[in-house]
Amino acid sequence: MRYCLTTAALAAGVAFMTAAAASATDLEVTHWWTSGGEAAAVGELAKAFDATGNHWVDGAIAGSGGTARPIMISRITGGDPMGATQFNHGRQAEELVQAGLMRDLTDIATKEKWTEIVRPKSLLDSCTIDGKIYCVPVNIHSWQWLWLSNEAFEKAGVAVPKDWNEFVAAAPALEKAGIVPLAVGGQPWQASGAFDVLLAAVGGKDTFLKVYQDKDAAFAAGPEIGKVFKAADDARKMSKGTNVQDWNQATNMVITGKAGGQIMGDWAQGEFQVAGKVAGKDYSCLPGLGLNPMIATGGDAFYFPLLKDEAKSKAQEALATTLLDPKTQVAFNLKKGSLPVRGDVDLNAANDCMKKGLDILAKGNVMPWTDQLMSQDTQKQKEDLFSEFFSNQGLTVEDAQKRFADIVSSAD
Amino acid sequence: MADTATLDMAPAATATRIETGPRGAKPRKTFSRRNIFLYGTLIVVAVYYLLPLYVMVVTSLKGMPEIRLGNIFSPPVEITFEPWVKAWSQACTGLNCDGLSRGFWNSVRITVPSVILSIALASINGYALANWRFKGADLFFTILIVGAFIPYQVMIYPIVILLREIGLYGSLWGLVIVHSIFGMPILTLLFRNYFTSVPEELFKAARVDGAGFWGIYFRIMLPMSLPIFVVAIILQVTGIWNDFLFGVVYTRPDTYPMTVQLNNIVNSVQGVKEYNVNMAATILTGLVPLIVYFASGKLFVRGIAAGAVKG
Amino acid sequence: MSETYPKRPSQLFRNLSAKIASVPMILTAVVVFAGGTAWTVLYSFTNSKLLPRFSFVGLDQYYRLWAAPRWGVAVENLAIYGVLSLIFSLAIGFLLAALLDQKIRFEDTFRTIFLYPFALSFIVTGLVWQWLLNPDFGVQAVVRGLGWESFTFNPLYDASIVIYGILIAALWQGTGLVMCLMLAGLRGIDEDIWKAARVDGIPMWKTYLFIVIPMMRPVFITTIVIIASGIIKVYDLVVAQTSGGPGIASEVPAKYVYDYMFFAQNLGQGFAASTMMLLSVIIVVVPWAYLEFGRARRG
Repeated sequence: MRYCLTTAALAAGVAFMTAAAASATDLEVTHWWTSGGEAAAVGELAKAFDATGNHWVDGAIAGSGGTARPIMISRITGGDPMGATQFNHGRQAEELVQAGLMRDLTDIATKEKWTEIVRPKSLLDSCTIDGKIYCVPVNIHSWQWLWLSNEAFEKAGVAVPKDWNEFVAAAPALEKAGIVPLAVGGQPWQASGAFDVLLAAVGGKDTFLKVYQDKDAAFAAGPEIGKVFKAADDARKMSKGTNVQDWNQATNMVITGKAGGQIMGDWAQGEFQVAGKVAGKDYSCLPGLGLNPMIATGGDAFYFPLLKDEAKSKAQEALATTLLDPKTQVAFNLKKGSLPVRGDVDLNAANDCMKKGLDILAKGNVMPWTDQLMSQDTQKQKEDLFSEFFSNQGLTVEDAQKRFADIVSSAD
Repeated sequence: MADTATLDMAPAATATRIETGPRGAKPRKTFSRRNIFLYGTLIVVAVYYLLPLYVMVVTSLKGMPEIRLGNIFSPPVEITFEPWVKAWSQACTGLNCDGLSRGFWNSVRITVPSVILSIALASINGYALANWRFKGADLFFTILIVGAFIPYQVMIYPIVILLREIGLYGSLWGLVIVHSIFGMPILTLLFRNYFTSVPEELFKAARVDGAGFWGIYFRIMLPMSLPIFVVAIILQVTGIWNDFLFGVVYTRPDTYPMTVQLNNIVNSVQGVKEYNVNMAATILTGLVPLIVYFASGKLFVRGIAAGAVKG
Repeated sequence: MSETYPKRPSQLFRNLSAKIASVPMILTAVVVFAGGTAWTVLYSFTNSKLLPRFSFVGLDQYYRLWAAPRWGVAVENLAIYGVLSLIFSLAIGFLLAALLDQKIRFEDTFRTIFLYPFALSFIVTGLVWQWLLNPDFGVQAVVRGLGWESFTFNPLYDASIVIYGILIAALWQGTGLVMCLMLAGLRGIDEDIWKAARVDGIPMWKTYLFIVIPMMRPVFITTIVIIASGIIKVYDLVVAQTSGGPGIASEVPAKYVYDYMFFAQNLGQGFAASTMMLLSVIIVVVPWAYLEFGRARRG
């Protein structure tokens, strides 16, 4: 009864197991995907992996990456690594790789021509350290979405906004109808993510890169960013009265029409889907807040710790292959609400919002995201600042911008 | 020190005193102003203490629609045990949908050896510190007491390294050792205080009879220290059973304790927060220490009296 | 107590069994507590990120620490929480114990009621109180539902009072144990003292304040050690109840340490913060502990 998968997964696994070789290897996979949509998506990965004749041992740790990562890192450095683990690719696992604790996947990558199938190319770059590939990207997650509750706007008697400015203008009407205009959960990363989205949408790609890639502190203290802070000030005023912690509770406020909108990544879509809502009818989405449609190529990836056990190492290879398999990619990403990492898959089943995302991706309007540009340390400082900014109206826009510039100046 | 009152008091004597009951002024007639004030205060305070438990139980017996409508203090209109079943055997974390049940035995397997080892070590420490003082003992004891103030988070990394070096990382015994280490300061303090108050004559007489360190420990000290052992067991069962941090960092998923499942259930929000399931899961997780408390009530105070009163 | 042991010449082999029996304690004290601490302090002068590494940066981590607004908030919160929690735990615990010590009926029942929260973890405590204090369906909503529309009691989402919301939960969980300790202490007071005080016509509160409490010094010391060590370590409760929010209003030092070590992957910063915590503990606790448990041990 220990690792009871969904019945379907088990059935599929059994069916294939008889066909495949008898050598089923247990491979423990740790991740922090535990919300409704996320768990369903992981189920797809497990199903596909079990079909290769191995066995996915699920090691989910709830409570977002912040809770899970220390545990994963302790396990790897403590000499008791799991078979594979989720990280946001970029810089989170950099040092583990440098310490020689992670497995080099270059051979498999060359054999399976990852460089040709993974798109956009920058995804694989984030997995590459010193010319070697260390992770398998599984999806593209972009933060820059504004999710809107059509029901809420109807109730307030205003049209569903087409961009951020209209949204801000509609806020008083929403408030009058007893609706919180913008839901922002209490977890620090939500506030900081919302600001990054505003920076990319209001300021544009170049502004974003100037601050986060070039770490230009003088620019961060300047009038251009002042405008972004002005928008963030609007956002925090609109978010008063949210009173929830988790991101998906905030999403739930949008789903139930208690809030007008939420700035959140495309993973929010999974929640709408689980709740049985239809894109375009029950909810609307504005990529890039309707101002600057861009897709950031952040996302999730699997890393493979270096293992001594040969059978397990073999299973790691099987998992790496499975993760990039076109069928797995489609099944996983449809459930997760994220975009697949390969361009050659058939996504007819995608809904309105995903199609918008795919369109932008096809046009090549992509940009790197904070996970790839900055260290976790800098990100955490940003989180501290913005979670304070959003909850404390006493912190003025000017002071906040000054502190922001300080963080940028010491960023790495 | 204030030994004027306690110097001559053996733990055994303390125990009998407690049996004889409270001191203070003699009770007067039932409805005196004093009694109204006394019981009034106690009842008000008791309500404050019971309220959260009441809310937990009541909520865990309601269905979600009722929770959304009603107020949290109202009793359930329609009692359902669904949330309990779900918390125990169906709630999901990631792909594992077997609720708390899979953590329960892990918790037992962690708690039992940890409690035994930590108490054995601490009682011997306390005994050595109280009766067989050696040079430097005070220094070690002071370090130990300061250790009680170190936030656990600080020690995570050094201990990861330590366990890796001795090859116990990720194993059950590694976790048992960690629990023994962190239980040591307070327990040693309690045992030391307790053994200090054992009448010296007993100890001297045994020495004259030729009993050594272990002889005295097993034949004289152990038999008369039931109360303090009860206290130690209660403190450790509670502490170890409720531990989340060590359980999750120093073990692997197949030995995760129940608290990790609780965290997973409570933090895996699937759509709406299922408060009733959360509450049922919370009560289920807390049940073991709670039962220990309710069952051992009087002994606890008695043991505390013996371990804490003397300094 | 006076000499418990005979004096013999050979120093090293004296009490040999006792020394052998104390090996686990000595190892714990020296290797884990002292060693782990030294290791932490040492690495606080480096710029270790995800993994510890030796590359010294002097006091940089400390400058940054004290410049961080969040650390300031955390220290301030710990001070408020610590002082209030110590005072209230002792006061409430003592009062409850004194009330229970009045030869009342149902003493066992009351005692169990006051003590049971201690059996629950901080995580559980935090969750329950998070819920009770939630403005949308907790105490505030219920009182408003009764007709008092303007009633406002929203500590968890009000930055200026959030630390008191945490304090309420902490007291609920911890005072039972304090009461037990105090009750035990009161039971240790000789009946004759009460009799004498009554004969002399000393009022009850005076007897408690000037005679009984000074006599209970050892109990207070044990209690304070237990409460204080809990205060400085407070972490789970905050995480479960508010996650440090709203914003950074309920941050505490232990959480800062954890967040920077593991979320921010900046071990150096986390170690610097924990070194500051250790330093304050050492300044307060060591001289006292040494006096208490060292020199003055035999009273």
